[in-house]
Amino acid sequence: MELNKIENILEKYFQGETSIAEENELKEYFSSPNVAQHLKQYQPIFGYFSQVKEQKMTQEIPLQTKKRKVAWLSIAASIVILLGIGAFYYVSDNSTDNVVAKSELGTYDNPEEALAATQKALALLSNNVNVGIESVHYIKEYEQSKNKIFKQ
Amino acid sequence: MNQVVFIELINPFKDKVFRLAKRLLTSTEEAEDATQEVMVKLWNKKDNLDAYNNIEAVAMTMTKNYCLDQLKSKRADNLKIVHNNFTDRQPQLDKKIEDADSLEWVEKIIGQLPEQLQILIQLRDVEQYEFEEIAKIVNMNETAIRVALSRARKKIRESMVNTHSYGIK
Repeated sequence: MELNKIENILEKYFQGETSIAEENELKEYFSSPNVAQHLKQYQPIFGYFSQVKEQKMTQEIPLQTKKRKVAWLSIAASIVILLGIGAFYYVSDNSTDNVVAKSELGTYDNPEEALAATQKALALLSNNVNVGIESVHYIKEYEQSKNKIFKQ
Repeated sequence: MNQVVFIELINPFKDKVFRLAKRLLTSTEEAEDATQEVMVKLWNKKDNLDAYNNIEAVAMTMTKNYCLDQLKSKRADNLKIVHNNFTDRQPQLDKKIEDADSLEWVEKIIGQLPEQLQILIQLRDVEQYEFEEIAKIVNMNETAIRVALSRARKKIRESMVNTHSYGIK
């Protein structure tokens, strides 16, 4: 009975019509010690299938350690850059404070005094500008004489 | 997706990829290279992995294609991998030599089949995939797979019977 069943499954197996469960049954039968004599020739086939399935991948899979390095590198680089920018602002902030503190010119509390000081400063400025403009008059004279010659 | 999650994801089928590669490429070293190659390819695609609903099938398909490509380029170089060129790491001799011998015969017989049949035998008889899954991996319909598988199994049987009764009949 048992043997009949195995023979049936075996026939189906070679037709490619067995299910996984039936194939497992065959594997089990052929791995047992009491295999019928006339079926002994199939034993290595199923033995082989079971044996091969035991093979394992032994090597580690290298998962782009390079990429990880790049990631760490970029993190380190950005920290350095941030520190650099931070330090720059920190130092330069301090120094501008100092310049302002040093060049503090004071202020006037009295509006009249402030007006006078401003007028004085503006007069100084316009005097200097006038000195500059005086030399422009020479150019005007030069142009006049040029016009005489070329008779416009 | 980080490395730990990825390793967990590939662990269930890592060995299947390796065995399929070994079936086609014969040597353990080549198979290991192929497995690494496939896994690294998967890892590089890790951001799109969610798009596939069956990563194992994708991995097996990639393995199949990669190995066939390898074989093609090897053949173009007129170089054939012979099993004896590589040391076998598995300690086999502690088993009964006769057993090992007949198992080796099966390996040789399967190795003589066309690659397509080798792939089918590997996927069905060794890894025990359902026909539906095999169809996805090799891109064939189930009936064609059954027919091809039947042909492969009968060829194995024929050769085994010949070997078994060699010199008797």
